[in-house]
Amino acid sequence: MCGIVGLFAKTKEFEKELGKYFSGMLNEMTDRGPDSAGCAIYHNVTKANELKIVAMSETPLSKNKLLETIRQSYPDASVQELESLHFLITLEGESKEAILELNQCFPNLKILSSGSSIEIYKAEGLPKNVLEKFSISSMTGSHALGHTRMATESAITTAHSHPFSTGDDLCLVHNGSLSNHNRLRAKLKKEGIYFSSDNDSEVAAGYLAWRIKQGKTIEEALNHALEDLDGFYTFAIGTKDGFAVLRDPIACKPAVISETDHWVAMASEYRAIALLPGAQSAPAWEPAPGKIYSWSH
Amino acid sequence: MPLEYDLASGSTRELNKKLHALGIANKVDNICITNPNGAHALAVGLTRPLKVNIKGHVGYYCAGMNQIAEVNIDGNAGPAVAENMMSGYVTVTGNVSHYAGATSHGGTLLVCGDASSRCGISLKGADIIVKGSVGHMSAFMAQTGRMVICGDAGETLGDSIYETQLYVRGSVASLGTDCIQKSMTEKHKNELETLLVSAGITGADAAEFNRFGSARKLYNFKVDNADAY
Repeated sequence: MCGIVGLFAKTKEFEKELGKYFSGMLNEMTDRGPDSAGCAIYHNVTKANELKIVAMSETPLSKNKLLETIRQSYPDASVQELESLHFLITLEGESKEAILELNQCFPNLKILSSGSSIEIYKAEGLPKNVLEKFSISSMTGSHALGHTRMATESAITTAHSHPFSTGDDLCLVHNGSLSNHNRLRAKLKKEGIYFSSDNDSEVAAGYLAWRIKQGKTIEEALNHALEDLDGFYTFAIGTKDGFAVLRDPIACKPAVISETDHWVAMASEYRAIALLPGAQSAPAWEPAPGKIYSWSH
Repeated sequence: MPLEYDLASGSTRELNKKLHALGIANKVDNICITNPNGAHALAVGLTRPLKVNIKGHVGYYCAGMNQIAEVNIDGNAGPAVAENMMSGYVTVTGNVSHYAGATSHGGTLLVCGDASSRCGISLKGADIIVKGSVGHMSAFMAQTGRMVICGDAGETLGDSIYETQLYVRGSVASLGTDCIQKSMTEKHKNELETLLVSAGITGADAAEFNRFGSARKLYNFKVDNADAY
């Protein structure tokens, strides 16, 4: 099992309360995945040439040491230390070089996200703890995706938790399991896609990043995914401007979508949507198998 | 006066306990459940003459294993509504998710909207009437009972079907293995008409429906294979 949620603000007013409602949704999916949880929040867009990276260290690491090292290459960089050895790094530069350099200097530092808007936070334990640790409920944002994990095919660690991001401002959460991920991972590695775990869902994220690198749109990339990914899935995919939902053609993993003038929400179960303002009178439907649904600003 | 139970301030377990304690001595009790908000396993395993009215969307397994009781869901239902029903009547005013009415032995499930995939799989005698359409793999291995689909049916309808009668008014995306179209005789038209009338469906004429069932060509239907046991 696993629970996934996505919330997309259609108005500026709703953006102010995005974190609050998103937290409620993720919390409601605790029963579907109590092992670990994660959130991808799209907010606080950086200046044009700036990049923000969220990284998590697997071993103790001081903020000053991290900052000192980064500043050798990026003199204007700043580092904010967050809970559970998560660091929010802001710098002027290209993500590929910056990530490569961070990986070389700090082999135990896992890059969770990079881009101009995305921030990914994840940890082991109940969704409630994860939400509290990173104060998600007080965050504003344009959209957010979340995942509650009940581990089936790989270990319960923060690195194995969703959301997975393998490209700038791109992330994926997954309910299901893929059966051809090993072969696909090997192929994508040759194409220059970097993976930080042996998790099957990360391969799906890497696959989409690879297609987008080829110049495909997210819709085109997902159409290719229907051909190339073998297994069960309901995906929610976040991009800089919006989010998309796709279920495999057999569609045995659940999903519900609902929409009002203020928000679009998707979740594994309706109960996560029920707590949103206006949900009681909003249309709620199941996304059709193999059909791509997307919203963007 | 019907009894009321507000799930905003109560628990599913307490509600189900309460429901199981009602309807003793064949006195029909009415109960209205408010604020279900997608909760799972509501009104499950009822064995007494109750009329349960749920105001809003429900989650998984609502009215599962139902006997005798009438359960009305005024909203959408999540996966496996009325699963393994034995008797009684379950109505859903909105849409239903996967496996609606799966393995049900008796009683009636009426869906006023659409049903998702695998509706009525392994049906064992109940009647399922869907005013809208059903998704893929519906009536998979359905054994007895009847399914009426006023809209369309998705891919592989009735795969490996045994003796369930399928009546479809709209299009069928594809038929599953060993499922074929069959002639609509007077007997079948009468049977279908009775089902439509009992469900209060007036907009659909029995003559507009096609009938589907088993070609009886799979392993289990061949007498030569009886020696295997």
